[in-house]
Amino acid sequence: MKFLFRNVKELVALATSENKLISELMIEQEMLVTRRSREDIMKQMDRNLTVMEEAVEKGLKGVQSTSGLTGGDAVLLHNYMKKGNTLSGALLIDAVSKAVATNEVNAAMGTICATPTAGSAGVVPGTLFAVQNKLNPTREEMIRYLFTAGAFGFVVANNASISGAAGGCQAEVGSAAAMAAAAIVEMSGGTPQQCSEAFAISMKNMLGLVCDPVAGLVEVPCVKRNAMGAANALVSADMALAGVTSRIPCDEVIDAMYKIGQTMPSSLRETGQGGLAATPTGRALAERIFGADFVKGV
Amino acid sequence: MKFKSVFDIIGPIMIGPSSSHTAGAARIGLVTRELFGRQPKWAKIYLYGSFAETYKGHGTDIAIIGGLLGFDTFDERIKTSFELAKDANLSFEFIPETGHTEHPNTARLVIGDESGEMELIGISIGGGKIEISELNGFPLRLSGNHSAILVVHEDKSGSIAKVATCLAEQNINIGHMEVSRKEQGKMALMVIEVDEPIEDYVLKQIALLPYINQVTKISD
Repeated sequence: MKFLFRNVKELVALATSENKLISELMIEQEMLVTRRSREDIMKQMDRNLTVMEEAVEKGLKGVQSTSGLTGGDAVLLHNYMKKGNTLSGALLIDAVSKAVATNEVNAAMGTICATPTAGSAGVVPGTLFAVQNKLNPTREEMIRYLFTAGAFGFVVANNASISGAAGGCQAEVGSAAAMAAAAIVEMSGGTPQQCSEAFAISMKNMLGLVCDPVAGLVEVPCVKRNAMGAANALVSADMALAGVTSRIPCDEVIDAMYKIGQTMPSSLRETGQGGLAATPTGRALAERIFGADFVKGV
Repeated sequence: MKFKSVFDIIGPIMIGPSSSHTAGAARIGLVTRELFGRQPKWAKIYLYGSFAETYKGHGTDIAIIGGLLGFDTFDERIKTSFELAKDANLSFEFIPETGHTEHPNTARLVIGDESGEMELIGISIGGGKIEISELNGFPLRLSGNHSAILVVHEDKSGSIAKVATCLAEQNINIGHMEVSRKEQGKMALMVIEVDEPIEDYVLKQIALLPYINQVTKISD
């Protein structure tokens, strides 16, 4: 099967030489690989975008998970932001609150769009709906944001991993943050090369992040990691737009993430056995939710 | 390239909380049902690795049962699949295993009813995407993302060519194909991923070819 790009180097080179957006190359590749029409592909992504909007809306009204571990933080953040005294800026807290909203809905078994996974589904929409207020994109530009993020995610998924069980949280929220950083840069008018710099800067700061969910649930610390993923994406995008570059090329950062994931012990790859899951409070919470037998195995 | 579509990355639309453990699990159940060709009456589900450790919290169990009942990743009925299974006359058992598997999110499903049994190994490789790595003891690699046909046939010369010719005559392009057998000259399995939708009459034509024992279709 013919692909337009297999790594970030090829993606950026093609976008630069043909003077095309990264999102455009992702759409063209999708048409080539699946033989579907542009209209059909755009329509499907539009539907994904609608699901993301609905999830944020639901989360900002306040939800609670069955376990009781998560829910309600998006509302706290949004109310705090509206008071207008945020230290890190309204746009950043807006992104954080919407990332949290999405993941709280996910934890409550609501409907979400995996980007690239369910556990990391808050970062891309959270940042999108926050920069939306600043950049005033058209609906098509918002859909394109998801294709830009998807192009980078496509490279990571094929050359490394987007599974927490295989590569830790760096593969999930790490990938999501870096994908979002690249998408923000394109929407802000940055070059394809700057998208790749933003991706690399973001991913470098997520390397080594383990997957250690309390009671094995996609709640603690996942929801708050989505918050930090969104913040990381915005700062990385700003750095790239300022002209800061990554000394280590994007593809090598992705490869480093993959190799770190492979050497991560199984207890820190979504088994709920190590890290925060193995703390006294983590174990006590697991026992409260599933009973003593469950925790004995942990 | 394991991931071919952008919608493997941005998507699927799904019920939370985990793309690997909930959406991927539902898809394993759904593909199993499609390969079986009907809803099974009973199911024994063996879980390995992270599936075994965390299936309760992620709703892996209700998602697999939901899939066996025919629910897709975004179907709200997944949440109540255990109760719905009772109504649908499907009995099931989950068995967490401690053995190691190549991929951490692996499930082995043994299902059946009064007229047959089937065994399948499914792995959830991330972002809701799955692969079927074994069917009734035959190793294979099937993504569940394309229309595919599975042909159980006798390991005789010409049997593969006849099936390929039959598809070519219908202008159906083969995107990926694998053939495996347990023993030379005995039973073999063809897995053919195709780019075009397959009509039932094509399956019937294939079933009539010599050395062909069984033909099943799975849609994307």
